[in-house]
Amino acid sequence: MEGSKRPLSPFLNYRWGITNTLSILHRLTGVYLALGFLALARWLLALASGPEPYAGVAAFYGSAWFKLPLAGWVFCFFYHLANGVRHLAWDAGRGFGHAEIRASGIAVVVFAVAATALYIAIGML
Amino acid sequence: MKSPLNQVLGLGSAKEGTSHWWHQRLTAVALVPLGLWFAIALLGLDFGSYDALVEWIRDPLTAVLLSLSVTCLAYHSWLGIQVVVEDYVGPKGARIVALLLSSFAHAFLLAASLFAVLKIAFGAAA
Repeated sequence: MEGSKRPLSPFLNYRWGITNTLSILHRLTGVYLALGFLALARWLLALASGPEPYAGVAAFYGSAWFKLPLAGWVFCFFYHLANGVRHLAWDAGRGFGHAEIRASGIAVVVFAVAATALYIAIGML
Repeated sequence: MKSPLNQVLGLGSAKEGTSHWWHQRLTAVALVPLGLWFAIALLGLDFGSYDALVEWIRDPLTAVLLSLSVTCLAYHSWLGIQVVVEDYVGPKGARIVALLLSSFAHAFLLAASLFAVLKIAFGAAA
């Protein structure tokens, strides 16, 4: 490669930056939210099964160790929602400027963290 | 010179090139209001009261919005997991098995969620 002026393949000169970090985070939060569908369906099935089966699932979902995965779903929901809207704006051809991409990325992270904190605070009241 | 081109020439396009992409966006747009509605509704529920939760789902508007939510969620999740599997699972056999499992899992979760909501909604008044 020495002395070569030819461009490198993209995967040879990838650097971690805000854009590709948020991009992979969109997929990771999406996969985790898919697991949340499992928890939601289990909850609905328990409700449809009657008070006794529901009590068992409610005790499990209300237990201390389940709080962290639950908080994870809250964060993933708000992150995937905000970044999803960002993607829809790109699909409409908007927001592709270098500064815009950076600013919208930071806005998504700030929104996701703030909304998660607010939601958990209201939920605990 | 032989190229793979001769395998597709004359067959015409499948005309479904954009449907995966489009359906993913369609369900994404639908899930913005549905997801926000569900998240806000959860804040007002008493999870310790079985009767109160059943009464909430028996409300026709709740039952309709919940049915739409789980349907869009299942479709959107199915499409999304498919893309992730296709991008990261290399071996062809493992990829096909993963796609089959994801499809069956999503079909089961959708059927279970819809049946549960409708059973409660159509159930006899408590």
